[in-house]
Amino acid sequence: MSEKFSLSIEDLHVSYQLSGSAGKNKIARAVDGVSLQLHPGETLALVGESGSGKTSIANAVMRLLEPTSGKILLDGVDLVPLQGSELRAMRRNFQMIFQDPFESLDPRQRVIETVMEPLEIHGIGENQEQRRDLALAALAQAGLRPAADIGDRFTHQLSGGQRQRVAIASAIILKPSLIIADEPVSMLDVSLRAGILRVMADLRDQLGVSYLFITHDLSLAWMFADRIAVIYLGRIVEEASAVDLIENPMHPYTKALVSVIPVPEAIEGASRTILSGEIPSPSSIPSGCRFHPRCPLFRELGEPEKCLNEDPLLQISAKSESHLVACFFSDPSKGDTQ
Amino acid sequence: MSRKDATLTTHGFKYFLRKLWRDPMGRWGLLILLITSFVAVICPIFFPFDPSKVGVDASSILTGPSQTHWLGSDELGRDVLRQFFSGARISLFVGIMATIISTIVGSGIGVFAGYYMGRLDGFLMRITDFFLVVPALPLMIALGAIFGQNITVIIMVIGFLSWPRTARIVRSQTLSLRQRQFVPRAKSLGSTNLRIIRTHITPHVMPLIVANTILVVAGCILSEATLSFIGLGDPDRISWGTMLHFSFVSGAIGRGAWWYFLPPGFGILFIVLGFTLVGHSFEKITNPRHRGES
Ligand SMILES: Nc1ncnc2c1ncn2[C@@H]1O[C@H](COP(=O)(O)OP(=O)(O)OP(=O)(O)O)[C@@H](O)[C@H]1O
Ligand code: SF4
Ligand SMILES: [Mg+2]
Repeated sequence: MSEKFSLSIEDLHVSYQLSGSAGKNKIARAVDGVSLQLHPGETLALVGESGSGKTSIANAVMRLLEPTSGKILLDGVDLVPLQGSELRAMRRNFQMIFQDPFESLDPRQRVIETVMEPLEIHGIGENQEQRRDLALAALAQAGLRPAADIGDRFTHQLSGGQRQRVAIASAIILKPSLIIADEPVSMLDVSLRAGILRVMADLRDQLGVSYLFITHDLSLAWMFADRIAVIYLGRIVEEASAVDLIENPMHPYTKALVSVIPVPEAIEGASRTILSGEIPSPSSIPSGCRFHPRCPLFRELGEPEKCLNEDPLLQISAKSESHLVACFFSDPSKGDTQ
Repeated sequence: MSRKDATLTTHGFKYFLRKLWRDPMGRWGLLILLITSFVAVICPIFFPFDPSKVGVDASSILTGPSQTHWLGSDELGRDVLRQFFSGARISLFVGIMATIISTIVGSGIGVFAGYYMGRLDGFLMRITDFFLVVPALPLMIALGAIFGQNITVIIMVIGFLSWPRTARIVRSQTLSLRQRQFVPRAKSLGSTNLRIIRTHITPHVMPLIVANTILVVAGCILSEATLSFIGLGDPDRISWGTMLHFSFVSGAIGRGAWWYFLPPGFGILFIVLGFTLVGHSFEKITNPRHRGES
C-alpha cells in the first residue's frame, strides 16, 4: 500500500439471515460491497437514508458483528481475523459514539465511572486517583463543566446532550485514531446539536482523530466532513470532497438529496427532485443498477436496458480523480439543468 | 441526588428499609420477621433446649402449660417452649442456607443463560426444566437412605430443587438487558463478557434477585416443614416441622395437646407470611414498572 490510511474498508459485505415469517429464510444483503478509505485526521461522512446500511458498516468496523466478507484495515492491520484478547487490546484505537445516548450509557453508573471504564478495561493509569483525573479532564474537554460535579451524577440524571458529551468523553479518553459517530446528534434536540458538533470538531483539531461520521442529513455532512460518501441500499453510489459533492453532484440519487437541502447555496434556483417510492428491502435488491426503480434519470432516458441488466461500479468520474460515481449516465453536463 | 431514582446500587440498605417501612405490607412483614428472628436467635440463648432432658416418669408426659413448663411438655416430658425456640432457629437456618444455594445457582445459571443465549442457553434451560420436575420426596428418601437423615442433606435437597424459578426470572431479565445498547458499547470499549456481566448486568438484576431471594426463603422454610412433618427431618435437630411430626406420631394431636402442635404450626405460618410480605413489598419498590425505570 502506497498510501497510509487510518481506516480502509475493502469490499465489505454484511448480510443478515432473516427468519422469515412466511417460512422462507431470506438473506438481507445490508452492506453489499463497500470500500472506503479514511486518511489520518480526516472526517468522512457516510450519508444515506434509513435502512441503507450505515449502522451495519459501523457495527462491522467496530467488530460488533461479523462481516460476511471483506477487510477492515485499521492503521494497516486487518481487524476481521482478530479474536479474543488480541481484538480487545486493539479496541482502544477505535471507538464509537452511539446514536442514542439514552440507551448507550448504563443508567446505573455514575458519569465518572462511565468515563473511567475504558481506562480500567485497558489498565491505563496507575491507580484510581490518576484514572479519575484523566476522566475529569476528558469530561472538561467534552464541554462538561464543572467536571467533578457532573462526574458524581448518575448518567440517567443527565439530559440527552450531556449524555452524548459523556459518550464523547469516554470515546476520546483512550486517544483512539478513529472515532465512528453513528448519527451522534439525530436523537438530540435541534438546539443542542451545534454544541455537540462543535465539541467533536474541536477534538478533531486537538487530537488529530479521524471520524467516520454517519448521518442521514446531507447538510450536516456538508458542514462537518471533509469528504462525503453517499450510500444507497448497501452500496456507495458517489464519493467526493464535501464541497465538490454538494456543488457538483453527479449521481441522480445524490442530486435528488442535494436538491432538497434547505437553502442550498449550491443549487439555488434549481427545482427540487422528490424521489418517488421507498428504499427497497436489502433482501430483494433490484436487478442491474439498484437505484433504477427510483431513478429520475433512468426514466428520462427512456429506461435504458443497461440500467436494468448491468450493475454500475463506483468509478473515477470524467471530471475529477477524487470524485467517484456509480452511474452509467452521470454526465455532469446534464447536472444542474434538469 | 434525587430521591425517586431508587436503585440498589445508588442507595444503601437503610434506604430500602425505610421504603419497606413506609409500605404497610412491608411494615407488617418486617415486624413479623423481627419477632421471629428474636425468637430464633435470642430466645434459645436464654432458654436452651436439651433434647436429652426427658421427663422423670409417665406423669410428666404431655402435660399442659404450667408454672414449670409454660407451654407444657412433649411426649418425652421435655419443655415445649424451649423446643419451640430452638425449632425456630433450625427452621430459619435451614431456610436461609437452602436459599443461599438456590440463589447462587439460580442467579448464576439465569445470568449466564440469558447473556450468552444460543446453545449455552438451550443447555442450561434444559437442566433447569429437569430440576423443575424432580420430585423432592423420592429424592429426599433416597438421599436420606444413603447419607442418613441429617440437616445437610435437607438443605442440599431443598436448595438444589428450588433454584429453577429464580433462574428463569433472572434469565428473562438478563435477556432484555442484553438488548440494551450499553452492552455493545461496553464490548466496543474492549470489555470481556465476564466484565460486562459483572459491571453492567449484575447491578441491574440485583434488585430482582434480592426480592426473589426473600420470597425463596419463605418457600424453603415451607419445604423444610413439609419434609420434616412427613418424617424426613433430622431427628437430632428438631425444627418446627419436626415438632409437628412428633406431635402427630405421638398422638398429641388426637389427645388435644394443643400446646404441642399449635405453636410450631403458627410459627411456620407466621414466618412464611413475614418473608412473603417483605418479598412482595420489596418487589413493588424495585420493580421498574411501578416507579419508572432509571
Ligand atoms: N439484526 C438485523 N437482522 C436483520 N436485518 C437487519 C438487522 N440489522 C439491520 N438489518 C437490515 O439491514 C438494513 C440496513 O440496516 P442499518 O441499520 O445498517 O441501516 P441504517 O442505514 O443504519 O438505517 P437507520 O438510518 O435507520 O439507522 C435494513 O434494511 C435493516 O432492516
Ligand atoms: S445507472 Fe441508470 S438507473 Fe442507475 S443511477 Fe445511473 S441512470 Fe439511474
Ligand atoms: Mg442506523
